[in-house]
Amino acid sequence: MALINIKIEGQPYQVEAGLTILEAARQCGYDIPSLCTFNHGECSQGSCRVCLVEATGARGLVASCVYPIAEGMEIRISSPKAVEARRTSVELLLSNHNKNCQQCSKNGNCELLFAARQTGAREDVFVGDKTPVTIDQLNPSIIRDTSKCILCGRCVARCTAAHGNGILGFENRGFSTVVGPAGNRNFSDSPCLLCGQCVSVCPTGALMEVSEIAKVDAAFKAGKHVVVQTAPAVRAALGEEFGMKIGTPVTGKMVAALKRLGFAKVYDTNFGADLTIMEEATELLNRIKNNGTLPMITSCSPGWVNYAEYYYPDCLDNLSSCKSPHEMEGAIIKTYYAEKNGIAPEDIFVVSIMPCTAKKFEKDRPELSNNGLKDVDAVLTTRELGDLIKRSGINFNKLPDEEFDQDLVGTYTGAGVIFGVTGGVMEAALRTAYYVLEGKEYGNIAFTEVRGFEGVKEATLTLGGKELKIAVASGMKNAKPILDDIRAGKSPYTFIEIMCCPGGCVAGGGQPFVRPNLLPNEDIDILDTFKAKRANALYSEDERQTLRQSHNNPQVQALYKDFLGEPNSHKAHELLHTHYNKDRVRFN
Amino acid sequence: MAKINEAAMKKINDICDRYINEKTPLMMILSDIQKEYGYIPIEVQEIVSERTGISVAEIYGVVTFYSFFSLKPKGKYIIGCCLGTACYVKGAQQIIDKFSEILKVGPGETTEDGLFTIDALRCIGACGIAPAVTINGTVYPKMTVDQVAGVIEQYRSMEA
Repeated sequence: MALINIKIEGQPYQVEAGLTILEAARQCGYDIPSLCTFNHGECSQGSCRVCLVEATGARGLVASCVYPIAEGMEIRISSPKAVEARRTSVELLLSNHNKNCQQCSKNGNCELLFAARQTGAREDVFVGDKTPVTIDQLNPSIIRDTSKCILCGRCVARCTAAHGNGILGFENRGFSTVVGPAGNRNFSDSPCLLCGQCVSVCPTGALMEVSEIAKVDAAFKAGKHVVVQTAPAVRAALGEEFGMKIGTPVTGKMVAALKRLGFAKVYDTNFGADLTIMEEATELLNRIKNNGTLPMITSCSPGWVNYAEYYYPDCLDNLSSCKSPHEMEGAIIKTYYAEKNGIAPEDIFVVSIMPCTAKKFEKDRPELSNNGLKDVDAVLTTRELGDLIKRSGINFNKLPDEEFDQDLVGTYTGAGVIFGVTGGVMEAALRTAYYVLEGKEYGNIAFTEVRGFEGVKEATLTLGGKELKIAVASGMKNAKPILDDIRAGKSPYTFIEIMCCPGGCVAGGGQPFVRPNLLPNEDIDILDTFKAKRANALYSEDERQTLRQSHNNPQVQALYKDFLGEPNSHKAHELLHTHYNKDRVRFN
Repeated sequence: MAKINEAAMKKINDICDRYINEKTPLMMILSDIQKEYGYIPIEVQEIVSERTGISVAEIYGVVTFYSFFSLKPKGKYIIGCCLGTACYVKGAQQIIDKFSEILKVGPGETTEDGLFTIDALRCIGACGIAPAVTINGTVYPKMTVDQVAGVIEQYRSMEA
């Protein structure tokens, strides 16, 4: 790699050629205020003008997020001209912004507010028209508020990068420009997957999850028996809400906090994940044996299920009929757990803590219920759990480590833990399928072929004397070619794992925001490494478990013995399986 | 999607075929559809999206960015009122307001009978005859507010 010489604030540096001024400055230890740009080039339109600097060889000030460095370039970040220009840029962005900051749920994570503080934009210098307010809160997952949108285009770039043909775009022009689904439709009337990737990059409060904290409060007030379960990926990221380094596992503290918040029982969705594996592995083996529809595709990710329903309704038979783990766990809590504890199912309120916004939509699906009772009553994101803990006066960082409740549906294995990362469901399923077909545990336990963050991973395994081709994809852009092959009848695979969010649930749309400028103690390449750091927290928890295969979960075994019969039994089908809707309309 | 009949579907696909191998086919496709049908509703944008691989959101953005494209059918007679600088200082705003008042539709809108659409144009390069109005290509130079009713009547009587 060629190095070139530049000067920043008069200091000489050698940096890699081809970088933008902003990237080079970060590597040299400077943090130029910036707003619209995200993760070196994922979104770099240079539209917000917050990162203006002086650079020799350029006419006027340049947007450092898009302007490339050159040999001998001298850059001035702190010149009066640059400082003033950056402040003016922020003042202009604020001039038509809906500044109800203390009511805004992005408060604390807002990059516009941060940029205002950084650049010293304190007064309403430009007073004029405000952007009209359109608030879309018709779907259960995401709120869009145009009055807080700064038209940076990050959400558009992320939606497209993750899912190929994104549903977000710029429309109209000039002052009437809005970012939204075509026709400024609401998300429910457009083929939005509700994955929340847009939420995870929005610098302001224009895109946020729909909060369900009030629902949980109401359930407590009404004297319900409130049971909480937490998804695997939550423990790998919740600590970030309390200033911990990315990748710090906080399982014990999370459980301690939930117990102090008054939940009757604190369970791990990993139990549901183990149950999913039992059902899914059995379903797969049956499909292979009985010439059923193959390849079979996992169905844990509600964003992916939405995508399949919108774009591949002809391939829905390829989806496993298994409910997602937290729905399975909810169904078991409201039947088996209710029965064993003598509690009426209608008095139980199940809360799921999920790294996901699409789960909020999923829990409202009418097919995910039993006897008219929803399997899960409320879904909170990892961020919302952070809010819940903060308002309760608990000092999270000082909590002791405590254990999940262990009765009935409390035990879990390492196979359940790794569900939170791309390839994890596949690996967990393979551990059990191997046992069923070979009659012994897989020696290495870990199937490392399906680990890592490539968009598509493939492997060929020999199981039960047969070659089995498998694939793992995350992000719908990566899944599309695989699905096109299935549609064309030429897919080489037997089993496929698909997750909606690139990287899997550790990078889900409900996870704590990763904003380099708000995280000065993280590495400068944190946007490239945070998924792996969170994933490692899960893989190390898997390694610490004595039980690492779903079929060895003693309470799952007991559940089958006492209640369900066997995997894919009639009762299991009634409670743990679902069906899909092939008639969803993309644009209403 | 049900709203598009087979003939239109074929026509739109034919238009897509014409340009599909171009490097950037979108503007050409949209422009031909606009010429053919006078508007580009979202159902048609979906077909173009499927053919070109460009997202509906992006196509919608292009359609709403350029005033040449329209999401709704336009009237038989398109009244283009120039609001460029020269026309504006010569009273173009009063003229477009008069058209709106008589036809009971605002700029960009179409009368219920489908006869007239009022378009607010930026400079059409006819500053010498400001304020200028064009109706389906016919130019009305140095318009006055008093002439507006007569011009509308002239077109209405052609239809009667």
